[in-house]
Amino acid sequence: MSLDSPQEVAGALRAASYLPDARIAQVVFLAARLDKPVLVEGPAGVGKTELAKAMAAVTERRLIRLQCYEGLDEAKALYEWNYKKQLLRIQADADHDWDTISHDIFSEDFLLTRPLLEAIRSTDPVVLLIDEVDRVEVETEALLLEVLSDFQVSIPELGTMTAVTRPMVFLTSNNTRELSEALKRRCLFLHIDYPDPARETEILKARVPGLSDHLADQVARVARSIRSLDLKKAPSVSETIDWARTLIALSVEEVDEEVLGDTFHVLLKYQVDIERAAKELTSNPAR
Amino acid sequence: MLRVVTGFIDELRHSGVPVSMVETLDAMRALETIGLTDREELRETLRATLVKNLRHERAFDTAFDVYFSTLPRQEEHDDVGEQFAGSGGGGPGSGGGDADLEDLVAALLDSLAGLDDEALRRAVGEAVSRLAGMEPGRPVGGTYYLYRTMRRLDMERLEELLMQAMLGEHEVTEFERRLVTEEVAARLETLRAEIEEEIRRRLVADRGREAVARTLRRPLVEDVDLMHATASDLAEMEAAIGPLTRKLAARLARRRRRRSGRLDFRRTVRRSLATGGVPADPQFRHPRPHRPEVWLLCDVSGSMATFSRFTLQFTHAMSTHFSKLRSFAFVDTIDEVTDFFGPGIDFGSAVARITTEAEVVWLDGHSDYGNSLETFLSRYGRQITPRTTLIVTGDARNNYRPPRDGVLADIAKAARAVIWLNPEPHAYWDTGDSTMSHYARHCTSVHEVRTLRQLERFVEELTLPTARGSGNR
Ligand SMILES: Nc1ncnc2c1ncn2[C@@H]1O[C@H](COP(=O)(O)OP(=O)(O)OP(=O)(O)O)[C@@H](O)[C@H]1O
Ligand SMILES: [Mg+2]
Repeated sequence: MSLDSPQEVAGALRAASYLPDARIAQVVFLAARLDKPVLVEGPAGVGKTELAKAMAAVTERRLIRLQCYEGLDEAKALYEWNYKKQLLRIQADADHDWDTISHDIFSEDFLLTRPLLEAIRSTDPVVLLIDEVDRVEVETEALLLEVLSDFQVSIPELGTMTAVTRPMVFLTSNNTRELSEALKRRCLFLHIDYPDPARETEILKARVPGLSDHLADQVARVARSIRSLDLKKAPSVSETIDWARTLIALSVEEVDEEVLGDTFHVLLKYQVDIERAAKELTSNPAR
Repeated sequence: MLRVVTGFIDELRHSGVPVSMVETLDAMRALETIGLTDREELRETLRATLVKNLRHERAFDTAFDVYFSTLPRQEEHDDVGEQFAGSGGGGPGSGGGDADLEDLVAALLDSLAGLDDEALRRAVGEAVSRLAGMEPGRPVGGTYYLYRTMRRLDMERLEELLMQAMLGEHEVTEFERRLVTEEVAARLETLRAEIEEEIRRRLVADRGREAVARTLRRPLVEDVDLMHATASDLAEMEAAIGPLTRKLAARLARRRRRRSGRLDFRRTVRRSLATGGVPADPQFRHPRPHRPEVWLLCDVSGSMATFSRFTLQFTHAMSTHFSKLRSFAFVDTIDEVTDFFGPGIDFGSAVARITTEAEVVWLDGHSDYGNSLETFLSRYGRQITPRTTLIVTGDARNNYRPPRDGVLADIAKAARAVIWLNPEPHAYWDTGDSTMSHYARHCTSVHEVRTLRQLERFVEELTLPTARGSGNR
C-alpha cells in the first residue's frame, strides 16, 4: 500500500472503513514520512483508537496495544521478571552458589515481555498503540518518553535492546490531564473532534450495512443537535452507530419525535441527559 | 516561502504560543514532504508540528490566515492581485443599487443552499468589495469591516431566506425545524468565516503580514484577566475548565504516597530476588483514593461580576465530577446553591436562579464577608467534617465592614482544609477595603488566581493535608 500523499492515505483508510477528514489524513501521512509518533486527542468515541487499528490494517502491520490506566507501571508496560518461575528455580537449585543462580534466572527465559518491549523487539514492523495515555502517572509518562525517544530499552541484567524496525506509534488521550511538554514535543499533535454531519453520515454508512442515505443523514444531524446541548456525556460516534443499528432493527425509515423519544437511551447514558434532550428536542418530556 | 514560515513562527511566539526549537525543526522537515501549493495541507502540517494544545488553535488559525492568506486553496486559482480594484469606486456607503444587492444576496443564498464553496467564495469576494467599504491604510483588524458587511447583507434576513429555501413548502414539526435551524446556523457561520477571511486577505495585501498580525493579536485564553474577560473569552475558557476540574477532582482525591497501604506480597517477593530471596524491601499497595467532600463558597457580588461568572462556570463543571460537591453563593449573606447546578442543568438557568432564587443579599447588596461567614457557620457549620475541603473564591473586599475572621478560624478548625482563591493581583491585597490577610492566616493556603493559567498552576501544585481522622492508620 503506497502512502505517498495525504490523498493516498485518505483513500487507504477509507478502504479500511475508516473515514478520515483532511486533517487526519495529513497528520498520518506526515507521521509515516517523518517517523514520528502521533498524539491523538479528543472526546470519547471519535475514532482515536480506531485510527490506530485502521492504520495497522492499511499497512498490514501487527497492532501492539498498551492500554494505560492509573497505576500502570514499568512492570506492566515494559517488562517484568517472572518471579514465580525464578522462585522455583532458586528452590530447585538450592545447592548452587548465588552467582550462578542469579545469572541463570535473569536470562531471557525468565523475562515477561510487555507491550513496549514487544514493540521494540519485534522483527516485523508494527503499529504501537499507547491508548489513553492521560491516565498514567507522570512517572510512567517519563518512561514512555524515554522509550519513544530512542526506541531502545536497557535491561540491567540483559543489556540494551534497540528496535530493529521503527514502530508506527499512536498515543491517544482524552485530555483528562495535561501531558508533559516533553512528551508533546516528541509527537505530532492531532485533535479529533466530533465529525461534522457530512462525515458522520459517511461513517454511519460505512459501519452500518443497510442504512439508507436519508436515515444516515438524519441520524448525523440529530447527533449534532444533541451534542450542542450541555450534557454530562455527549453521544459518541459509537453511540450514533448503535442508534442507527437500533433504528434499522426497529424498521424505522424516518426519525421523528416519537422514535427519538423511544430510543434516547441508546444515545445517552444518563437519565439527566435524556431528560434534558427530551425537553429540548421533543415536545413531551422524557418518560 | 521559508521567510514567511519563519515570520509566522515568530508571530506564534509573540502571541504566546510556546514553540520550541525542536518543533520548529520538525515543521521545516515536514514542509519538505509536502507540496506548498495547497493551503489546507500547509495549515495542517504546521498545526500538527507546532501547536500541541487545543487552546492555542485559535491563535494559530488567526496567524495562519494572515501569513498564508495569499496562498491559493486547493484547486482555487483566483487572482489575488485585484484586492481593492473591485471596490466599485464608490466611497463607503455606496455598494451598488438595491437591485445589485438583491443579486448578490441571491448568489450567496444559492451557494449556501447548494453547498457550492467555489461560488460562495466568489460571492463573498463580491460582497466584501461592495459592502465592506474598506479604506486602504487604516490600521484596523477587520472586525469593523466584517460587521459592516454582515449588517449590509442583513444576516437575519439571509437566515430567514435560507430557512425557507431549506424547509421547502411542506409542513414541518418542531423537531424538523430545529434540525434545519441548526444546519442554517452552521452554513451562516461558514459565510461569516469566509467574509472574515476575505477581509483579512485584503488587509494583508494592503498593510503587510506583520502589521495585520500585530493588530489581531489577542492574549491567549489562559492569560486573560478573569476580572475583565469578555463573554467570548469566558466561552472559550469553558472548554479548558472541563479537564481542569477533572484534574482538580483527582488531586483532591489523592493521598500522598506513604507506606500505609497493605503489603503487596507479590511485589515484595519479586524485589526480594535481587537480595537473594530476603524480603529486604517490602512493597505496599497504594491506598485507595477516597471520596473528597468539596464545598465551594463564591462571592457573587458586583465587584466580582465577571469573575463570579467564571467561578460559577467552574462550580458547574466541578459539580459533574464531584458527587459530593456543595456550593454556596454570597454577597452580604450566604445561601446554598448546590441544587442549581449539576449535570443536565444548563449553566444559564443556574445563573438565573442564583440571581432570582438564592438569598445572597440581606442588607444592601454590598459584600459583607463577616456576615456571610457567620451565617454560613451557624447554618451549615455542624455539617462540616474533617473530610470537608472548603474553597472560597473572592476578593476579600469587605466594604470596610468588620472582617470577623474568628469565624473563619472556627470553620477552618472543623474542616480538612480551607483554600482561598483571590482574583486580584497580590499587590492589591490589603489595600483599601481588602481584608485578605485577616482571612489568610486561617487558611490552609491562599492563591492569586487572576487567570486561567494561575488556576491551572494552583490545581497542578495543590497538595492537601490528609483528611483528619481517616489519616494515619
Ligand atoms: N472516522 C471513523 N471512521 C469509521 N468509524 C469510526 C470513525 N470514527 C469513529 N468510528 C467508530 O466509532 C467507534 C469508536 O471509536 P474509537 O473507539 O476509536 O473511539 P475513541 O476516540 O478511541 O474513544 P475513547 O476515547 O472512548 O477511547 C469505532 O469503533 C468506530 O466504529
Ligand atoms: Mg479509545
